Amino acid sequence: MLAKRIIPCLDIKDGQTVKGVNFVGLRSAGDPIELGKAYSEQGADELVYLDITASHEGRKTFTELVGRIAKEINIPFTVGGGINELSDVDRLLNAGADKVSINSAAIRNPGLIDEIAQHFGSQVCVVAIDAKQTAQGWRCFLNGGRLETERDLFQWAKEANERGAGEILFTSMDHDGVKEGFANEALATLASTLSIPVIASGGAGAKEHFRDAFTVGHADAALAASVFHFGEISIKELKAYLRKENITIR
Amino acid sequence: MEVAIVKYNAGNICSVMNALERCGVTPILTDDFEVLQRADRVIFPGQGQAHTTMTYLKEHKLDKLIKDLRQPVLGICIGMQLMCRHSEEDNTDCLGIFDVDVVKFRPTLPEDKVPQMGWNELTPLSSPLDVGASYEGGKNEVNPLLEGLGENPFVYYIHSYYVPLCPYTIGVTDYVQPYSGALHKDNFYAVQFHPEKSGSVGERILKNFLAI
Repeated sequence: MLAKRIIPCLDIKDGQTVKGVNFVGLRSAGDPIELGKAYSEQGADELVYLDITASHEGRKTFTELVGRIAKEINIPFTVGGGINELSDVDRLLNAGADKVSINSAAIRNPGLIDEIAQHFGSQVCVVAIDAKQTAQGWRCFLNGGRLETERDLFQWAKEANERGAGEILFTSMDHDGVKEGFANEALATLASTLSIPVIASGGAGAKEHFRDAFTVGHADAALAASVFHFGEISIKELKAYLRKENITIR
Repeated sequence: MEVAIVKYNAGNICSVMNALERCGVTPILTDDFEVLQRADRVIFPGQGQAHTTMTYLKEHKLDKLIKDLRQPVLGICIGMQLMCRHSEEDNTDCLGIFDVDVVKFRPTLPEDKVPQMGWNELTPLSSPLDVGASYEGGKNEVNPLLEGLGENPFVYYIHSYYVPLCPYTIGVTDYVQPYSGALHKDNFYAVQFHPEKSGSVGERILKNFLAI
């Protein structure tokens, strides 16, 4: 059986991991490669590296970093942040990334999904969606959650699927940072309406939350950052727990 | 040891090169006939689409060259599928090293998505499958390619087409139904998953191949 995936997400600025990473036993927690390796050894199934630098210089540094990650890390990794056109995708895949994650650029220019799928295959194209529950239902947000759009989460996810996305990475802004569990109801709706895998993001605070994302939300993978970075949950213990709960885990 | 990687119009070759370097060898990416023929090991990797890759191989006469190689050869992902007789993907005739046809996943359950993408368990066989004999591994021993993988090894897959169980199957994975995760015949080995992305299990398989 295909295993459910556990994915730590690392934010990168100027080639270094940001957020106070407090990772036990690591010499330099700011080193994205060392941190990625440590997660991989703990049993992470994939890694996500998000470039939060805006400058041109930062982009260059990030691309070089992707090349070094590809040399050192022996599990799949996705990169995101600042991908606006096909040439950005080409640059990052050439540097050795396995997948790219696009967010705001996909909503602004949905045709980018089709282009990526046609040029590089659906499997490299992760469409990330930040959404929040409003009076009108689940609405998609742009620019790291700062700008509300008219788009409905479920309609947009379906459209992305049909255009050739390989996976949907859904972050619930209502749940993100709260640490009370993932948006399981919305996840379950996505899982039942899409023909591609769904990655749950936002809300992880305890091992049970991961279990529920898989059993109630029917997610294919679950992504988290701070609970892993601050050592609140170790991936090794999390996977042992999920195995005990009869979830297929690598 | 000289390890050559077949250079053709398939993607994802640099991950294989990086993985081999982590195993301590520096591979040569080439479509030079002489280099491919004299290498100690040849790897035929890639992600891609059956018809366009097969057309390219034929145009460059690499199809015949690969079939005639005598050293250990390892096909990965689309490389494995091209080593079979025929692929359902665009109804493509392939190299015919393995006398078996590649077919598309036809899921019956909504949770079985196509492509299969992610980690799935690989069960190395220690005795022939009851699908037509001619198993070449030793009796009650797994094939050397899949030795020492530990308990319940998981490997990383991305694919929509698969090789059914057949006399060449040396490792089985279950998705929609049991199918061939790995094949072996004479000097030809092939894996459907990506050993270059399969963590320590994948690294062991690449090292096993280099040691065959």
